[in-house]
Amino acid sequence: MEQTHTYGDTPYHPRWLRRRVSTYWWLWKPAYLRFILREGSCMFVGWFTVYLLLLLAALLEGPLAYELFLAWSATPAVLIVNVVTLGFVVFHAITFFQAAPQAMVVRLGRARVAPQTVLLGHYAGWVVVSAVVAFFLLGA
Amino acid sequence: MAQRIRLQIARYRPEQESEATFDEYEVPYTKEMAVLDGLNFVKDRLDGTLAYRWSCRMGICGSCGMTVNGEPKLTCATFLGDYAPGPLRVEPLRNFPVIRDLIVDIGDFMRKLVRVKPWIVRSAEKPIAGGEYLQTPEQLEEYKPFSMCINCMLCYSACPIYGLDPKFIGPAAIALAQRYNLDNRDEGSADRMEVLSEHEGIWGCTFVGECTKVCPKHVDPAGAIQRYKLTAAIDSMKAFFAPRGA
Repeated sequence: MEQTHTYGDTPYHPRWLRRRVSTYWWLWKPAYLRFILREGSCMFVGWFTVYLLLLLAALLEGPLAYELFLAWSATPAVLIVNVVTLGFVVFHAITFFQAAPQAMVVRLGRARVAPQTVLLGHYAGWVVVSAVVAFFLLGA
Repeated sequence: MAQRIRLQIARYRPEQESEATFDEYEVPYTKEMAVLDGLNFVKDRLDGTLAYRWSCRMGICGSCGMTVNGEPKLTCATFLGDYAPGPLRVEPLRNFPVIRDLIVDIGDFMRKLVRVKPWIVRSAEKPIAGGEYLQTPEQLEEYKPFSMCINCMLCYSACPIYGLDPKFIGPAAIALAQRYNLDNRDEGSADRMEVLSEHEGIWGCTFVGECTKVCPKHVDPAGAIQRYKLTAAIDSMKAFFAPRGA
């Protein structure tokens, strides 16, 4: 009988033991759980984008719509969602920065910039952008 | 006087059982004894039917990779004393089919490795009279970390993506492709990109990063894959904005 069952590129063999990966593999190790949380955090990043678009839409509509948007934002449910989202967005940023030096090889002349310097560069960029945003918000 | 540690060793005897079971053995150990020495003690003195692979005993051959207390390890470089008083669980590498006891089938990896052409590809060889292919220390340093791979497959065992989708070409094959791409004597990067830009190539990786953590030779396959993604993205942008012949 022709065997069509494969394991990747491995042909089927009737006497080999194949173990299925559990649906809960991401609970095996803290590192796997961190990975799943990092991947899941993109949904929260998406929510903040939608929230920002809603804010802009309310601003464009006029003062009343803006007041209503602020009142809606102050409701406990939206507050809780946004606090949780902030936590995940910060986690997303930190884990993204941690990953960056592995993916980027930066050179100055012939020398490779140390991974820690690449990491610090990202944090420095974050601080600068945050300072610019804070300047506009607080200065206004 | 040697202390003793209990080893729980996964057994799979296809002629007797359809699932893996655990057998327990107590072995004496001293601080310089590796898990592999414990397995050899079992094989030599307690149970000659135990099957496992090993060769060099010094972290070069890449044969003795197994799952030790849930983590992929080279058993020749993992010491019994670090797990005292035990019990210490030894299982075959995850994500590969088990042939017997601690022996897994590595054919899938071997076939994938060949697909990325892990050798120096030249469109035309220089005549011998043309001399050697010269390389500066900086050019050597470019690819040297990736050349340390010993094909032990601990990275495949740690990679949940490979476990879930065995068609994924996997960390070591990509790191070894990168080893040759970064070699200034090589001209095969376009050939390799054809294989690695497939869905099951670099884009299958979601950067869990465990391959790099478990690598006994500090190869950083996760870094190689992310760098490769960057190269592939830049190449496709170039092809889009400046197509050949335009």
